[in-house]
Amino acid sequence: MPSSRSKTGPAGDLTSPAGTGTTNDVPKRPVRASRKNAGRKNRSPLRARLRRDWPLLMMTLPAIALLVIFYYVPILGSVIAFQDYSPYVGIADSPWVGFSNFQWLMLDASFWDATINTLTIMVFQLIFYFPIPIMLAILLDSIMNRRVRLVVQSIVYMPHFFSWVLVVTLFQQMFGGAGLLSQVLRDNGFQGVDLMTNPDTFILLVTAETIWKDAGWGTIIFLAALAAINPHLYEAAAVDGATRWQRMLHITLPGLRPVIILLLILRLGDALNVGFEQFFLQRDAVGRDAAEVLDTFVYWRTLLTGEWSYGAAAGLVKGIVGLILIVIANKVAHRFGEQGIYKKS
Amino acid sequence: MTTSPAWMERPSPAGRTAKGVLLTLIVVSVLFPIYMVVLTSFSTQEAVTEAGGLVTRPGGLSLAAYRELFSGGVVTRAVLVSLGVTAVGTALSLVVTVLAAYGLSRTGSVLHRPILFMILLTFLFVPGMIPSYLVVSSLGLVDSYWSLILPTAVWAFNLVVMRAFFMNIPQEVTDSARIDGATEYTIMWRIVLPMSKGVIAVIGLFYAVGYWNAFFNAVLYINDNAKWPLQLVLRQYVLQGQSIYAGQGGVTTVGQALPPSLAIQMAIVVIALVPVLFIYPFVQKHFTKGVVIGAVKG
Repeated sequence: MPSSRSKTGPAGDLTSPAGTGTTNDVPKRPVRASRKNAGRKNRSPLRARLRRDWPLLMMTLPAIALLVIFYYVPILGSVIAFQDYSPYVGIADSPWVGFSNFQWLMLDASFWDATINTLTIMVFQLIFYFPIPIMLAILLDSIMNRRVRLVVQSIVYMPHFFSWVLVVTLFQQMFGGAGLLSQVLRDNGFQGVDLMTNPDTFILLVTAETIWKDAGWGTIIFLAALAAINPHLYEAAAVDGATRWQRMLHITLPGLRPVIILLLILRLGDALNVGFEQFFLQRDAVGRDAAEVLDTFVYWRTLLTGEWSYGAAAGLVKGIVGLILIVIANKVAHRFGEQGIYKKS
Repeated sequence: MTTSPAWMERPSPAGRTAKGVLLTLIVVSVLFPIYMVVLTSFSTQEAVTEAGGLVTRPGGLSLAAYRELFSGGVVTRAVLVSLGVTAVGTALSLVVTVLAAYGLSRTGSVLHRPILFMILLTFLFVPGMIPSYLVVSSLGLVDSYWSLILPTAVWAFNLVVMRAFFMNIPQEVTDSARIDGATEYTIMWRIVLPMSKGVIAVIGLFYAVGYWNAFFNAVLYINDNAKWPLQLVLRQYVLQGQSIYAGQGGVTTVGQALPPSLAIQMAIVVIALVPVLFIYPFVQKHFTKGVVIGAVKG
């Protein structure tokens, strides 16, 4: 093996030092890319390339195997949405029923309730959660003392690493019927409140939990974007008499724009996945009406009752709607001249 | 101390105070619940009774809750399960992710694009819960610890971050090794990995935290509650306040059927919290690198 490598591998690479040497001033990346294309795509036949690259291919094999088994096979398995699937009969022999599962789904009021809950919560969090990491990042960025800033940063990042069970437990201890808030209220002669079981305030509760858990972590990417803004812009603007507020409006926010759009898209694509565990954990306490989202619907309505095909249909609808949302969001981003998560093709 | 540039106007005292108050509030809102939980878990029953709930001011301290939890039984076992799943899972995930990230780090290599596309597709479409469950169960993994590891062993995000980092390593470095006749494995082990300790630490933390916190996989795939990981135990006995002794060999006396005391509940919370708090500071300084590379180059 080593002998064949020495024939193919370095041959392509040996041309490179000369190539890069003559074009010292050109930035590294484009040179590398063009050299690659010239050296790898056109000159060497597929067999030689295969011989050179097979160790690389072997390295990707375990990851591919896992993805195929636990991602692609389930996607293919979604065909049971068009069947009346029974685990005792198997996919091959279960009868095909066309779109009837989807028709039932469209007539199922509890499916629509779950969909409406999911979308409401998503829109609510988009308005009340999404801006908070941005504001927090600007606040953190304005701390001039480096050490204070690092300490505050590491503290606000921390809750991101707590599990949802833990976060919900902590909130219960603070705001539940026997929690700290009720305790303090009762000590002062008021009635205790139990925010953990109140369906009317549930949306506020889950948003507060999301903020507590993830707003700090969400600042990381904005802080990096802020750090990438050229400080001379601020200086020049200040010299020209721009106020703090004007600098924020005309330098900081435009600097953050690509990141904001990127995260908005990611958020949209993830919209139908609004914190599954979070709702799963609180559904019993708050009740179905307020806390049923699409995923919990699939779990309770179908997995526990064994209506596999029905659940697969609901899952498929959710997946496809999510895909459509992400594609639309990306199109919009391209329209605004931003990159989005994948490039225009 | 303060290093604000010369052109910046001096902040007004009112503005500075407001900022200080706001920051303090934010920090306190994160730390205070944790402080109370830890304190309550170390408190005597009398201190808890006197406080009428969570303890805010240190009173009588005791290790009774922890002694009881670690004397064997549900929680001890759950901690061992979670530690085992986390250790094995993180090791496996890191190996698979590093290999794949390195394998894909050379643009223009054979099949590089289709494989990358296969991985990126997982961002766009989520297979449903039911088909995933059917796959796991037809592999016979229900009630096996592997069901907590294999389905989530590769996170596309982590893979993409790692790959972006490897691609940032100057090509000259790896090329020179290749000219000296090093194989890909040697280059990865001796050159690329030693240069990537920071990103490996971060990705390792992401995986470890993922496994330690994993909850829903266990709800789906583990029916036997003797095999429950810690997060499920936390939900059962703390969030839902069920008796910790129920279903344990059937011996339930009247006293044991009561929900566990608050100190014990909070001790379970602390046990779930501690590993995260413990590794966090060591990895924390590399965070920005990991997350930002992923976002910019993904």
